[in-house]
This record gives sequence, C-alpha cells and structure tokens, in this order.
Amino acid sequence: MADELQVIDSPESKKIIAPGYTFGTVTDQIASVVLTRKTPYVVIGTFAVAMGLLLIFLLAVALLFTKGLGVWGLRGPTMWAWDITNFVWWVGIGHAGTLISAILLLLNQQWRNSINRFAEAMTIFAVACAGMFPILHLGRPWLMYWLFPYPNTMGIEPNFRSPLVWDVFAVSTYATVSLLFWYVGMMPDLATLRDRSEHRALKVTYGILAMGWRGSAKHWAVYETASLLLAGLATPLVLSVHTVVSFDFTVGIVPGWHSTFFPPYFVAGAIYSGFAMVLALAIPLRSVYGLKGLITDKHLDNAAKVMMATGLIVGYSYIMEAFSAWYSGNVYEQAAMWNRMTGPYKYHYWVLIACNVIAPNALWFKKVRSNSVVLFIWSLIVLVGMWLERFVIIVASLAQDNLPSSWRVFEATRWDWATYLGTIGLFLFLFLLFIRLLPMISIFEVRTLLPQAKIKEDSRG
Amino acid sequence: MNKPIYGVMAEFDNPSALVNAARAAREKGYRELDAYSPFPIEELSDALHLHKNKLPLLVLVGGIVGGTIGYALQYFVTVMYYPINVGGRPLHSWPAYIIITFEMTILFAALTAVFGLLGLCGLPMPYHPTFNVPRFAQASRNRFFLCIESTDPLFDHQKTCEFLETLDPREVSEVAH
Repeated sequence: MADELQVIDSPESKKIIAPGYTFGTVTDQIASVVLTRKTPYVVIGTFAVAMGLLLIFLLAVALLFTKGLGVWGLRGPTMWAWDITNFVWWVGIGHAGTLISAILLLLNQQWRNSINRFAEAMTIFAVACAGMFPILHLGRPWLMYWLFPYPNTMGIEPNFRSPLVWDVFAVSTYATVSLLFWYVGMMPDLATLRDRSEHRALKVTYGILAMGWRGSAKHWAVYETASLLLAGLATPLVLSVHTVVSFDFTVGIVPGWHSTFFPPYFVAGAIYSGFAMVLALAIPLRSVYGLKGLITDKHLDNAAKVMMATGLIVGYSYIMEAFSAWYSGNVYEQAAMWNRMTGPYKYHYWVLIACNVIAPNALWFKKVRSNSVVLFIWSLIVLVGMWLERFVIIVASLAQDNLPSSWRVFEATRWDWATYLGTIGLFLFLFLLFIRLLPMISIFEVRTLLPQAKIKEDSRG
Repeated sequence: MNKPIYGVMAEFDNPSALVNAARAAREKGYRELDAYSPFPIEELSDALHLHKNKLPLLVLVGGIVGGTIGYALQYFVTVMYYPINVGGRPLHSWPAYIIITFEMTILFAALTAVFGLLGLCGLPMPYHPTFNVPRFAQASRNRFFLCIESTDPLFDHQKTCEFLETLDPREVSEVAH
C-alpha cells in the first residue's frame, strides 16, 4: 500500500542541466560566486557604470524636488509621458520573474529551477524602479502616503473608484508578495551559505537571514505547501497587476486608450519584455560566472520560445488595435490610430512594429535561438520595442487628443533622460549587489534536478 | 553518558538511503524522529507521514479576512465616511471595489502563507541541538541525516545507536543538547 505512494511520475526531463554535477558541486559552484570567487572585472566595471547612472538619478530627482515637474517635458495636453511609459515598462519587465517562479512552478516546468531566483530578483528591482515614476510624478512626492487610506485630520480619503488608486494597491501588493516569495525561496540557500562561509561575521549574517533553517523533513513538508500556495496566489496576482495598469488607460476616454482588449494585450507585452530582460541578464551572467552548465542553451531556447509566443500575441494585439479602431466607426478612434501611424510619432510607431512584430519572427529558427549573442541582441531589440510601444500608446494619444487647438508635440528634456537612465542604473546597481551577496541560482532546486536526487526503490523484505 | 542528550543521528550520503532508513525507523516503531536533507524529498514526507499540515486552512482564512477587510474598507469610505456623489450614481458601487478586494485577499493570504510557514516550522530558531553535530553543516550541502530523538518512548541510547548502525550509515553521532 505504502509503496504505491512512492512512485515518482514526474517526467524525465533531459539536458536541463549539464551532466556530471553532484549535490556538492552545484552547491559549491553557486555558493562560490558569493563566498570565495573574486568578482570579475567586467562586473566591477558594470557596477561602476550603474553607480554613475544612479548618481545621475539622484541628481535628477533632487532637481525635480526643488524645481517641480516642469523639468520634465510635460506640457499640456501631454501630462503623462516618459514617467508613465517607464513605469509601465518596468512593471512589465517584472512580470517574467513571477511567471517563471510561480506559473512555471505550478506547471511543473523544471527548467525554471536554475533561472527563477535571479528572475525573481529582477522582478523586485524592476518593480522598485517602476514605483519611482508614479511617485515622482505626483508633483509633491513627499506626500505619497496620501495615496493610502488612513485616518487623517483633513477628513479626506482616496477615491476607490479610480484606477490610479487600484494601481497603488495592485503594485504595492505585487511588490510585497514578490519580496516574500523571493525571500522564502531563498531561506534554504541562505542556510547553505551560513554553513559554507568561513568568516564569523558572514556566518552570523547569513545565519540571521536563514532564520535557523536546518532542512528538517517536517519543515520541508510545510515549505513545499507554502511554495505551492504562494505560487497559486502569485499567479492571479501577476496577471492582475498589468491588467490594473492597463485600466489606468482603458478606464479613461482618451482615443486609443478606451478599449477592452488592453488587459490581455498588456499582460502579453509584459511577459514579452520580461523574458527579454531575463535573457539580457542571463546571457552575460552565465558567461561571466561560468555557469553554462546550470543555465544551459536549453534555458535560453525555452525563454526565447516564450518570448516569441508572447511577441506574436503582442503583434496580434497591434493588428486588433488598428482593426477595432477602424471597425468602431468612431472618428476619434480612427484619427488617433491614423495619427500614430502617420503623425509626429510615426517613426516611433514603425520602429516598434519592426522591433515587436517583425524581429521576434527570427526566433522561429533554431539557429537564432541557439546563438546566445544573437539572442542577447534580440532581447535588447525587444526591450526597446516594448518601451516604444508604451510611449506611443501614452504620448501619441495624449498629444493629439479630442481638441486639435491644444495639440502639442511632446519633447523629452535631458531630465527625462536622466531619470530614465538613472533607474536603469538603480536596477543594475541592485542586481549586481544581489549577484555578489546572495545565491543567484536556487541551489536546493537545482539539486532536485540531479539524477542522484531520484529515490531508488530497494527491495525490502 | 548520564547527561541527557537530544538524540542520535545517522548520516547518509544519498537520498535513497535516507528514505529507506526513515522507513525502517518508522517500521521499528520510532515516532519522535526527523530527517534532514539539502532539498525536499517527497518520498521522505511519505515515509515520515508528513503530508498533512494546517497551512492551506490558515491561508484560506487569511485570504477571506483580507478580502473582507478590503471590501469593508471601501464600503465604509465610499458610502459612509466620505461619500462622493457622482451624477447621482449609487454610492455602493461594488464593481469598482472588486480590484482592491482582490488585491487585499492576495496580500493577506500571502502574508499568512509566509508567517504561517514560519510559525508552523517554529522559525526563526537561531539555536537547535542538531547544530552541535559538526558534520551537520553538510546537511545543507550533500549529506542526509536521520535523527531519532531521546523523547521517543522506544529510545535507548545503546539500542538506538545499534539500530542506526544496521542501516549502513556513514557515521552515527550523538546530538548533545
């Protein structure tokens, strides 16, 4: 009876990680990045660049605080521009991390095990960057806590019927849950680092972070339940977040925004750009740290396939967007669409079509998917394309709204650039610190992938 | 030898040996035992009968509480505390409440899952007797341990050690308190 329960029927998946690894070697290889190995010069150089960009960000923010929103190119009627574009872009990038860590866990996709950790880290840092923009865009960012309902002497409360307030709840819940999921996933690996580190201060630090994890079977049983539950909760959450972000637009009556297919279109776009970022990070990382045995070509191939599939959904959405504008018979919708294609933002529009609709079709070919350099370039193309998509949706619709007398072409100022590049610096800064200080690949989940982890049934009498 | 100890512990170098040892110990009648491994092993949970825990129920309750708080908060603010009349539309505009209700459900459920996990595991626990075994540091790397605790009614230092030796371990050691 009891023996029947012991059958493992998970499919034998081949070549997820290179052969020859043992429990000890995967542990040591991943832990050594944090504990013993010298940081490669490339990483130090990138960190210096990131730090420089971060300083530019601080400068831009300081200027914004002292002078106000006018330092950005925001002029009526375009009161949302780069800030909201960047917000949507960054939140979208975060989505791939949750997709990998939660949805692929529920789907029992074991290849996720070696990329989920840094993809989740990417999520958290991307959401942190995203969160900067709506806050900085508030006008008086230091009063951001007014967004939350709390008893106050002014006797006012946020308007719960506004998508912008929904956004506050969605993004803050997303950030919190992602952080918790990431931390819980890291506890067993922090225990590994605690046990592997030699220096007393390191032992104590990782020991505190690991909370006394000791790999007890009783704990693992609850832990597995908790992982599944968190994955089950994070799955609808991640889909809801970009849906709510798209509500920021669809609930408005601006031509080009007011449409019901935005939620799935936005979610697909989010995963598309997120996988591009996963590839853009994974490809250099695995070369620099010699982790090609753990993050194999198979991973890149799978990620590229997901990227292509979501890219095709995004391409379909562009077609539907144009179709529904035409089919609606609404002159404003038609004009907005026509403006996007032929108006002052036509170059943005056609470049985004090239990046998001034409370029991903190269991924049909195995040759492209198996060449990591090409894949890296392609992921950057997709990231650019997705940024332009949000820019066109937001700015092209606002700059030419219903009242032609108030039309004005948006021009970004150097501080728009500084803030945007600054958040890229912030992202890289946080990400490189993460790589240096925490295990970037989930050690215990990679151990479960090894053939030795399979329980061999012996013939007990 | 008279000093009370936490238990005795056997070290194995592969997961199959640990699962078999855990089964053998259960069959022998030991109940106060725990296994330690560097990754979750489903068969081990079967062998030690660990498949039921209260976490799903806690998370369900957490989610319901979160959703209720989310909805009640919005109802209170928009209907009672700070009503805004928009063209005579109903104040209790429930479709607009759904998103925040949903987000609060997820938030509370996730917080319950994490704190429930810590609570059910008794973490954080900076000190545990198993850490006294020098070899135990390998439990987070590539070694597998089975510990029979001294609170077990069948526990007898000599006999339990002898029993563990029959399971073909790498080493059997005593776990001091």
